[in-house]
Amino acid sequence: MEFIDPNVVDLSRFQFALTALYHFMFVPLTLGLTFMLAAMETVYVVTGRQIYKDMAQFWGKLFGINFAIGVATGITMEFEFGTNWSMYSHFFGDMFGTPLAIEGLMAFFMESTFVGLMFFGWDRLSKQAHLAITYLVALGSNLSALWILIANAGMNMPEGAHFDPETMRMQFESFVNLVFNPDAQAKFVHTSVAGYVSAAMFVMGISAFYLLRGQHRQFAARSFRMAALFGIISTVAVITLGDVLGRLDYEKQPTKIAAIEGLWHTSKPPFEPWILAALPDDAKQENHFEVGVPFVLTPLITHTFDQPITGMHELEDAAGPRIRSGIEAVSALRRYGVTHSDADLTLFTQHEQDMGYGLLAARHAPNQDVTNIPEDQIDTVVKATQPDILPNVFVTFWSFRFMVFLSLWFFALFAVSAYVSLKRRLEHNKLLLKLCMWSIPLPILATEFGWITAEAGRQPWTVFGWLPTFLSASSHGVSYMVFSLIGFVLLYSVFIAAELYLMFKFARLGPEHDSMEPHAQHDAPKPSAFDMHPTAS
Amino acid sequence: MELYAILKIVWAVMLGVLFIGLGTMVGMDMGVGTLLRFVGRNDAERRTALNIIGPHWDGNQVWFILGGGAIFAAFPTLYGTSFSVFYVVMITLLFSMILRPVAFEYRSKADSKIWRASWDWVFLVSGFVPMFIYGAAFGNILEGVGYHFGWTGQYYQDESFLSYLLNPFAILCGLMSVSLSIYQGGAMLMLRADNPIWARARYYAIAGGIFAAILFVAGGIWMQFLTGFVMTAPVNPAMPANPLHGQSVAMVAGGWMHNFRNHPALWVLPLMGVSCMLAGSAMLAAGRTAVAWWLGLGAWAGTIMTVGCAMFPFLMPSSTVPDQSLTVWNSTASAYGLGCMLAVAAIFVPIILAYTSWCYYVMRGKVHTVDVVNDSHSY
Ligand code: HDD
Ligand code: HEM
Ligand code: HEM
Repeated sequence: MEFIDPNVVDLSRFQFALTALYHFMFVPLTLGLTFMLAAMETVYVVTGRQIYKDMAQFWGKLFGINFAIGVATGITMEFEFGTNWSMYSHFFGDMFGTPLAIEGLMAFFMESTFVGLMFFGWDRLSKQAHLAITYLVALGSNLSALWILIANAGMNMPEGAHFDPETMRMQFESFVNLVFNPDAQAKFVHTSVAGYVSAAMFVMGISAFYLLRGQHRQFAARSFRMAALFGIISTVAVITLGDVLGRLDYEKQPTKIAAIEGLWHTSKPPFEPWILAALPDDAKQENHFEVGVPFVLTPLITHTFDQPITGMHELEDAAGPRIRSGIEAVSALRRYGVTHSDADLTLFTQHEQDMGYGLLAARHAPNQDVTNIPEDQIDTVVKATQPDILPNVFVTFWSFRFMVFLSLWFFALFAVSAYVSLKRRLEHNKLLLKLCMWSIPLPILATEFGWITAEAGRQPWTVFGWLPTFLSASSHGVSYMVFSLIGFVLLYSVFIAAELYLMFKFARLGPEHDSMEPHAQHDAPKPSAFDMHPTAS
Repeated sequence: MELYAILKIVWAVMLGVLFIGLGTMVGMDMGVGTLLRFVGRNDAERRTALNIIGPHWDGNQVWFILGGGAIFAAFPTLYGTSFSVFYVVMITLLFSMILRPVAFEYRSKADSKIWRASWDWVFLVSGFVPMFIYGAAFGNILEGVGYHFGWTGQYYQDESFLSYLLNPFAILCGLMSVSLSIYQGGAMLMLRADNPIWARARYYAIAGGIFAAILFVAGGIWMQFLTGFVMTAPVNPAMPANPLHGQSVAMVAGGWMHNFRNHPALWVLPLMGVSCMLAGSAMLAAGRTAVAWWLGLGAWAGTIMTVGCAMFPFLMPSSTVPDQSLTVWNSTASAYGLGCMLAVAAIFVPIILAYTSWCYYVMRGKVHTVDVVNDSHSY
């Protein structure tokens, strides 16, 4: 019997989390900046004012610095399912590979082919053609988010696939259900709009830096105003869609929502408070202290005043029979692989819906083998498995709270900034400008917390209800994992150092032409001689 | 034949097409990367070489990403097993590969000599290593890989990774792949650059083509003696994709020649490979660079198709439990999944080819060193 080394599983999880969180430090800016670039360039093409071209080119340069690492770290993600999650790939690849391959065909090709023209084509394309290219890049990056999130939603709420005992994996059966999975739709909008918030804060913060130093004032004021408006709209959208996601979790992932809300016992509507802060203790399965706002939780999550939300203790109790039934399913499935008898198939089909819970019991079964548990030990195994259905409550609870608290801060900051910049009183508000500057990294941080909420809250599953994380990983030795982890830490540290160095360097340098500075208020289009780039013939 | 079996074959062919596209397009850019320090003796020349592929490398790289994505979607079990079994090699490939996007974008954005020189070395590593591993992986697979499956479908590795790294046949295949990439990259540099880059690139590209031809023939002879894999009982091509049962496989010396013995017409493929390499080198010598570029595509096509036809229907044979070898029949996605993907590919591949060609058209013509140095957008 081949054993699963829990250390390898943990290291694989750690590595995946590290590389995914890292990838997602760069992706949000790409998602948002491409659209902001397109917006700036649109104004340039419509009005012919040089300053908007300068804006597009300057922010485009910063975009490029960010984009390179987004691409590099994205390749890691594409590899990692194969290198580290072989059982997952085998079990769910039929379903999951499709959106991923479509992402390549539909989105990456478009984005990556046109990004070259976007940088190199300024002098070779007409204004309109270049603008179209910029829009295609923006569309490409957002389509890539769409397809990867469809894939991710499939893991959270598997719809459009069924388990097949012949192939021992989930078989893909409905493209429509895969694509129109409500979780995918909501996730897509929530995530891409989170990217717009990040880009808006980035542009606003750097513009604030120029305004504070009194440099590039026209340029910075315009960028600032555009970003503030973009930001306030995006923040409202992010919060609205966050609410939708919470409601979906309530329907389809009860363990996740209970962990998010730190709800150990089923809620008592309508009084049940929304917990603002608490210290969830996973070992003791209780909260050490709670500060909450009464009457808020029920309408917030369920959108009603009377529906209860099931607590974690109750979910654990309900899982007992499913684990027992799942053990039957897994045993029948294994026998069926050898006998191919109808009796085993029928038995399996009866318990099929609980198969995942049977697999979950593997780590507590003697020799990790659920198909051979002695009769008198089944109860012990089921009891030991029950708490495993819950994610880490402390992590899920707090990462969600950080995301939500940050979004309130963004709302306030963008609202005030938009107001002040529309009133053209920015340069009198040094404190506001400083706050904008310091807030640049916060949306990225909120995004990371959002992912931790979503992914840690999905545990212990990689395919919710079907495949436990514990079984998903490749059967490597610890030394392999140490090798790759050391490599990632070294490489990614070099990347971030180089990226920050160039970002600071080019942000400090500012827009190169700065057409407004020498002759302020001069908005007429510049003759093309102003362009520094000789046309290659 | 059943529809499912046909879909399996179609996707095996598509996989071949992707591998050819990958070899040609990514190989070209990596060849330029490998050659960078040799064709460019000073900073301006190196920047010229980089800007020749500057607008295109990212789009080309998607061939590589899509190659991974297509294996995942069309051959999920192969994807999980091969990437895991070759873990150390794959992670090394990944590490060298992900340095490249950063190198393109960052190299010329700071003036320091050490900064630029370091990134130039990165180009060498991130051009040579991935192409070497790309070829060597084919070599390793031809030799058979030690793994088997447990009852759940999880793979278990039966061999140390050292046997993949230090394997003479795989090293030969790796060097051949590097030679072809140098050929292709050199041809691209000749198309777009003037002297002195043109002359230096010509020298390396011709050498690459000839070297590739020699290694290809040597590999072919070696393959006669290699232990190959053959099916010893009829299989049902439309069987449910599950490596655990349904096949019986034997390891036979010279087994990879089996298909060539049964279908002598297949010899056209290796012939096409070698003649493209040699004719291509001659064309480069004669200065007919565009023709030579397309012959490079033919060389990749000949090579990949030769390997594919020799192995068919095997994709990654197991040397420890041959019956569980992954084949076109037992490691594909479901019929539904393959069908969906085929529909999507039928729509998007023509579109991709169209806009990729348009981009090359827009950026056509020689790249001049003066322009590169004066343009604030260039790499
Ligand atoms: C700027 C970033 C940002 C901001 C301000 C918010 N979110 Fe968020 N959130 C994300 C960025 C994000 C994210 C990183 O993009 C996630 C991770 C997975 C996903 O789909 O989006 C996410 C996930 C996520 C999830 C988990 C979804 C799942 O189960 O998969 C919930 C329930 C919420 N969010 C809810 C909210 C609420 C109620 C917010 C405001 C009040 C909020 N988010 C603001
Ligand atoms: C890029 C944004 C993402 C981030 C930042 C992220 C973050 C994380 C984190 C923090 C974990 C560890 C959870 C834990 O172990 O408790 C995790 C696990 C995982 N996520 Fe994601 N995730 C992202 C996107 C995705 C997507 C799009 C997919 C699938 C398409 C995915 C698939 C997985 C898998 C397979 C695991 C491993 C199992 C596990 O340990 O949970 N992730 N991710
Ligand atoms: C929510 C999750 C994710 C989103 C929205 C997303 C989005 C993006 C975007 C916008 C890019 C463009 C480059 C950049 O980042 O600047 C990118 C790059 C990439 N991402 Fe992700 N990503 C996500 C997670 C993943 C995961 C889990 C994978 C692996 C399967 C992945 C694979 C890639 C690849 C291969 C690239 C490089 C593409 C290129 O060459 O343009 N991404 N991703």
